[in-house]
Amino acid sequence: MTKRPVLILGGGSDIGLAIARRFAAESYPIQLAARRPDELEPERADIALRHGVEVTLHRFDALEIEQIEAFFDNLPDTPGVVVCAVGLLGDQAEAEGNPRHARLVAETNFIGPMCALECAAARLAKLNEETAIIGISSVAGDRGRAVNYWYGASKAALTAALSGMGQCYAGSKLHVMTVKPGFVATKMTAGLDLPGALVADPAKLANLVYASFLKKTYTVTPLIWRLIMLIIKNIPEGIFRKFKRNSKHRVAQL
Amino acid sequence: MKLSGWGRYPQADCVVLRPRAIKDLKDALAQGPVIARGMGRAYGDSALNKRATIDMARFNHMLAFDPVSGLLTVEAGVVLGDIIEVFLPRGWFPPVTPGTKFVTVGGMIAADVHGKNHHKHGSFGNFVEWLDVLGPDGEIRRCARAENNDLLAYTIGGMGLTGIILRVAFRMQPVATAWIRQETRPAANLAAAMAAFDAADEWTYSVAWIDCLSRGDQLGRSLLLLGEHAREDELDAERRGTPFSTPRKRKLNVPLDAPTWALNKWSVRAFNQLFYRNGVRASGQSLVDWESYFYPLDGVGNWNRIYGRRGFAQFQCVIPLANSQAGISALLREISGSGQGSFLAVLKRFGRQDSRFSFPMAGYTLALDFPVNPTTLSLLEKLDQITIEHGGRFYLAKDARMKRGTMEQADDRTAAFRTMREKTGVAPAFTSMQSDRLSL
Repeated sequence: MTKRPVLILGGGSDIGLAIARRFAAESYPIQLAARRPDELEPERADIALRHGVEVTLHRFDALEIEQIEAFFDNLPDTPGVVVCAVGLLGDQAEAEGNPRHARLVAETNFIGPMCALECAAARLAKLNEETAIIGISSVAGDRGRAVNYWYGASKAALTAALSGMGQCYAGSKLHVMTVKPGFVATKMTAGLDLPGALVADPAKLANLVYASFLKKTYTVTPLIWRLIMLIIKNIPEGIFRKFKRNSKHRVAQL
Repeated sequence: MKLSGWGRYPQADCVVLRPRAIKDLKDALAQGPVIARGMGRAYGDSALNKRATIDMARFNHMLAFDPVSGLLTVEAGVVLGDIIEVFLPRGWFPPVTPGTKFVTVGGMIAADVHGKNHHKHGSFGNFVEWLDVLGPDGEIRRCARAENNDLLAYTIGGMGLTGIILRVAFRMQPVATAWIRQETRPAANLAAAMAAFDAADEWTYSVAWIDCLSRGDQLGRSLLLLGEHAREDELDAERRGTPFSTPRKRKLNVPLDAPTWALNKWSVRAFNQLFYRNGVRASGQSLVDWESYFYPLDGVGNWNRIYGRRGFAQFQCVIPLANSQAGISALLREISGSGQGSFLAVLKRFGRQDSRFSFPMAGYTLALDFPVNPTTLSLLEKLDQITIEHGGRFYLAKDARMKRGTMEQADDRTAAFRTMREKTGVAPAFTSMQSDRLSL
């Protein structure tokens, strides 16, 4: 039986591509959706050649929420798994002073992706087959911190929404999974001063995501990050506020 | 960061850039001279530039494959081992492979690598249909036999000094199985080994492990290893249905640097003796999987550490056919006389090759490595002289210490290469520690 394709929203992102490769290695056809699909031609060719699967490119902009229905209507095949790796770290200082940037961060991390996933979920559930939605959120959403709270808050919203969606579709054949990766070596984190031991390789994360997909896990976080966030979430607010905003301060930068 | 070639000598503090896109490469070029680096398997300083060494690892996309002609198009950072993993199960193998699969296609072109089939098929460059090179002006040039032929000819074997190789199209060869039919023929001395190479000219693959510590009438005793891609009907009955599946290997690893005294003439002599005796006993035909046949050392991670923390230097020269026996004998006498331990050295017959700056020429090539210390470094200079006296030349991918004058004496193409570099404007844009040392 041929497998339904895996659709990657944010197909140009390093995490999205790594997950695409992981599924391609299991013979899933891949649909990469991104704002500038032409730039992904080398990735398309490479995944198709290495894994002998069909890989197609599609134009998708998470901010164009009116186009989302049309985007799904125009896909050549209905996917069986939809991964959303759309995200924008943004510039925290900019977001504080410029409401437009604040809105861009919120829309790119939450409104756009969640609207797309709502649309996907409705269609996947209708298939009445084993299907899955995999949303890439962030541990940054677990507690707002001075260094990136616009990003963190929009990821917190995404995490909450995915949790709600998971409950909504509980008992159906659609599985909803939230991934909170921690630091991953990607374009988003390039140039940040991060502690090397905590930075995961996208391919490693993709392995974890695929294994969790098979096990139908609800929330996926690498073990080390579950421990770190357990501590961070439990720091009393009074003490938490004493951590000054300081880019050198690694705890603050999580 | 501290960087070196595979021989771990010399080491240098280099700024390493890891660009993602062509635009990043252009930005780097605008800042001053650079050198591209693949897997860092050249032994010496070919891919070191203190100011800007460009790690091509992210240019690793396979772009196209034509299953009719076998033409494979890849970005320069694609690793040979990945190509084999993807295409061998589909019945295709690289046309030429060096002794490790941990090399990039860009590196294979820059060094114009040869394999055990050189006497029949020539070097890797022979199979290149076209390549794209990023020039000092930020322009990308498509080089093929019909366009930019000069740039193509100089880029193959040009040690990355003609520009940054971006994309390559080359022809793979069809194979019926993942197995090699191997025949081992012992040769009691150098003359016998050379006669054995002549007698085995029809074999696709041939190479000899040579014991460079044996002396007297055993000087140059060797085990000649011949190989052919096995046909499906040559496999055991139970393997015939799955001709491309081979046993998974357990990878060994050298976890730390060996102490420098561990390698000495007694330990190496004992090892070579065992290896030769074992080869004589096991001579004849056998079926060997592709990994064990082509890449025996890839099964041992970090094997370069057995030479200790000071690293090691490779010596590889080729002596033209007319002087081969005299030249190789003189080299072997010098080496065995010095007692400097080199594990198994490699002897190989090359076929004809006509190229601008590539290493091979019709004759015999000898390759061996030595731990780096003052004694071996002075031995290497003597070997340089013997090579020059016999009209031979040196493999830049192995070199870490040759002097400028040695290079010029050995290779009369050096001046033309230098002139080309100046005329085309690549000289100030692409430099390595090796090109600085040799004034290329």
